[in-house]
Amino acid sequence: MYRFVLRRLFAGVLLLFVITTVAYLMLYAGGGDIARRIVGPTASDAQVALKASQLGLDRPLVVQYWDWLTSALTGDLGRSWFTGQLVSVGVSSRLSVTVSLVLGAVIIAALISVVIGVWAAVRRGWVDRVVQFVGVLGFAIPGFLIALGLVSLFALNLKWFKATGYVPISTSFGGWAATVTLPIIALSIGCIAAVVQQVRGSLIDALRQDYVRTLRARGLSFNRVVYKHVLRNAGGPALAVLAVQFIGLLGGAVIVEQIFALPGLGQITVAATGQGDIPVVMGVVVATAAIVVTVNLIIDLAQGWLNPKVRLS
Amino acid sequence: MTATPLALPTTAVKVSLFRRLLTHPTGVVSLLVLFLVAVASALAPLLATHDPNTASLQDVLAKAGSEHLLGADSAGRDVLSRLLFAGQFSLAGALLALSVALVIGVTAGLIAGYYGGWFDSASSWLTGLTMALPGMVVLLAARAVLGPSMWLSMMIFGVLLSPAFFRLVYASVTAVRNELYVDAARVSGLSDFRIIGRHILTVVRAPVIIQSAMVLGIAIAIQAGLEFLGLGDLNIPTWGSMLNDGFINIFKSPTLVLWPSLMIGLVCIALTLLANAMRDELERSRGPVKKSRKAAAAAAAADAEGAAEKRGAAAVVHPDEPAGAENSNAGELLLEVTDLGVGYDQPDGSTTHVVNHVGLTVRRGEVHGLVGESGSGKTQTAFSILRLLPQGGRITGGSIFFEGKDLAHLSEKEMTRVRGKRIAYIPQEPMSNLDGAFTIGSQLTEPMRVCLGLSKAEARNRALALLAKVGIPNPERTFNAYPHQVSGGMAQRVLIAGAVSCEPDLLIADEPTTALDVTVQAEVLNLLRELQDELNMGVILVTHNFGVVADLCDRVTVMQTGRVVETGPVRAIFNNAQHPYTRQLLDAILEDTAPRGQYTTAGHNPAEKTAEPKELKGVTS
Repeated sequence: MYRFVLRRLFAGVLLLFVITTVAYLMLYAGGGDIARRIVGPTASDAQVALKASQLGLDRPLVVQYWDWLTSALTGDLGRSWFTGQLVSVGVSSRLSVTVSLVLGAVIIAALISVVIGVWAAVRRGWVDRVVQFVGVLGFAIPGFLIALGLVSLFALNLKWFKATGYVPISTSFGGWAATVTLPIIALSIGCIAAVVQQVRGSLIDALRQDYVRTLRARGLSFNRVVYKHVLRNAGGPALAVLAVQFIGLLGGAVIVEQIFALPGLGQITVAATGQGDIPVVMGVVVATAAIVVTVNLIIDLAQGWLNPKVRLS
Repeated sequence: MTATPLALPTTAVKVSLFRRLLTHPTGVVSLLVLFLVAVASALAPLLATHDPNTASLQDVLAKAGSEHLLGADSAGRDVLSRLLFAGQFSLAGALLALSVALVIGVTAGLIAGYYGGWFDSASSWLTGLTMALPGMVVLLAARAVLGPSMWLSMMIFGVLLSPAFFRLVYASVTAVRNELYVDAARVSGLSDFRIIGRHILTVVRAPVIIQSAMVLGIAIAIQAGLEFLGLGDLNIPTWGSMLNDGFINIFKSPTLVLWPSLMIGLVCIALTLLANAMRDELERSRGPVKKSRKAAAAAAAADAEGAAEKRGAAAVVHPDEPAGAENSNAGELLLEVTDLGVGYDQPDGSTTHVVNHVGLTVRRGEVHGLVGESGSGKTQTAFSILRLLPQGGRITGGSIFFEGKDLAHLSEKEMTRVRGKRIAYIPQEPMSNLDGAFTIGSQLTEPMRVCLGLSKAEARNRALALLAKVGIPNPERTFNAYPHQVSGGMAQRVLIAGAVSCEPDLLIADEPTTALDVTVQAEVLNLLRELQDELNMGVILVTHNFGVVADLCDRVTVMQTGRVVETGPVRAIFNNAQHPYTRQLLDAILEDTAPRGQYTTAGHNPAEKTAEPKELKGVTS
């Protein structure tokens, strides 16, 4: 078990390293003359050279990267070229908003998917067909369209929720819940649609297994067998889909945060992207990659817990 | 917002997929919607009433009217005209992403799948890498460096989407690569190029088309998202940039956001439904789904049922021997099945009957053999006593009296209390009947704690004692092991331990030795006999093996095609079998008899049966 965890951990760190390296090289070498872009097309060559040396852009790329990597390992991701703010501060102060959104959406999606997936797989018939059809629709409609629909219906017309704004969870849970309810619904619908299909499919397969009959023949109730045994066996593929969905939600959150004016990672990303503020963009990439690697690690461990063959091999 | 490749069937298209789609309702509607949108966009220069980019101050946020059919946006540009022209750019952008993804994904998938080697591992690793960051974040980072070009963004997104095709093609190719017909093509001298083109592309074509529809929808969605953030090229109209303008002015002119939303939603839904329709059609064309063994057997029984009905055959019943003879340990009546019928509901509303008018009795301490070939209904009879028929199956008639209660009419809750504690079950195939996710110990103790209300420690001690009793050399180790860590013989012993763990009155053993090695079979039968003696259980032993019957049983019921053909004490059956089918089964095991005659279905002309004669299994099978 320790070796399993260590192996996954090492793979995660390696992935993080590769992603950040590739991202750094592409961001700093991919766009041509960065200093020229910052000071503008009308500036003189001397001004461009000055800017480049100020930002350390006149050094060889490898040196710049080594410098960035060694600072990054100490938690220093540099400063924004435009506001001068520390990137680590800018990113981490917004991280909690995005993470609470995405985590909330994933947890809600997982719970609802299991309930609906079990329902469809056990009842079959018309229940199954309705779930399948609604699932296809939920999967097809882009999340931000759902967000727009929710804003105009519940916030602008019915005025049940405020359309914009954010209250940190540490200030007031009720306030937080009121501000994130619509965004989380918008994010989770597509996720539910995808995960329900997987839960339903693997449950139907797992329900056909011989051990289901044998366990019931030993006096366990159908529900107990389904929720304890069948669901655990069907959980692996569903978790894999949930992991993919989680990564997708991090991207979807960028747009949803924009619609609900939430001060999350998405906001800082959009601003930095528009300006070409490379250190901030790089900081966002590092933060996102770290979240993805962490989530993958957690999912891997959960897979090992669900399936002893994964853990023991 | 990411590509989530759904599981896709990988079959060759036999009839034109397109033609078959025209018979699928959602397929037709989706195709029609997509066709209309594509044509309207292509004909935008003809259909549009205004230039999509000409701003007009006096028309800012104009209401819908004769001048502007759908109104005008915040710069006074005609919404309808922009919608039409935006279709061109949005669709072209999505098609660009799709082409890039197709070229990279399909090529890499073919090479990696066909040749394998380092290219295989390298591309799999790269695939994992591109899936590790959300597409949106990558696109935003690229936008920071490359500027607001929709075409560049879509090309990069195409690269990010290519794993969807890579995985699909790779999986199909590795599956096909070692097929015999591909080998044959290789041996007969076809070049790799020809083989890929001829044999492999035909296999992946249909799934790739389906995946393309999904990918196109995803590309349209993400492109709209990017433009909606205001990071797109301001010089070209797209549905996403119209969405952005509409959202900014959502208070002043709520309908502005509606039209582009409708277009994006419509196209995305149509593409997904189209993909689903294609998948439906493809699955349907794979021909009748291979029936499971049980269902096939059930169908066979049903086919033969008609003949049995005509025959009206009454079962041969041998009278009980005088008490005190062979079955002296037989006690009071435990189970009495009368006139049992089992049927499976068919999709067309009819019911296929697989067990008809079956009756049998089991006394305490008696082993009752239920004998017959595959499909004779013996297992279905056993399952209906447990009320654990496969999905779709139900008891259509008769009664199953067990200690004064009719099991056929108990509620599921009452039945759960009967199972395990009163009636237990030993399955045929040991490995698949243990849940691989839990240790053997937890699977043994869980029912004991539920049925007997034991504490965790009590259940554990009892389980260890049971494991020792069924002859497992190191109970502690087996208790902590997972099913995949023990042998088949061990697993069957574990299942027997589980079945007797709550000291049931009736044990139903469904061919408990069929899946085991010959030497292990004898040991398991001995174990069963010992346990039956000790616990004085009634046992229903389902088997097709008269050797086992001779060894273990007190009474025998012979079943064929869902009916009882002969029943009686084991001695009477062996000495004086009346029914031709019983004699045939007996002939199959007796060594000093004449070679067995042709297979007959209870006296009617064997030529009527088109199926090949079924081989009856000998003693050891």
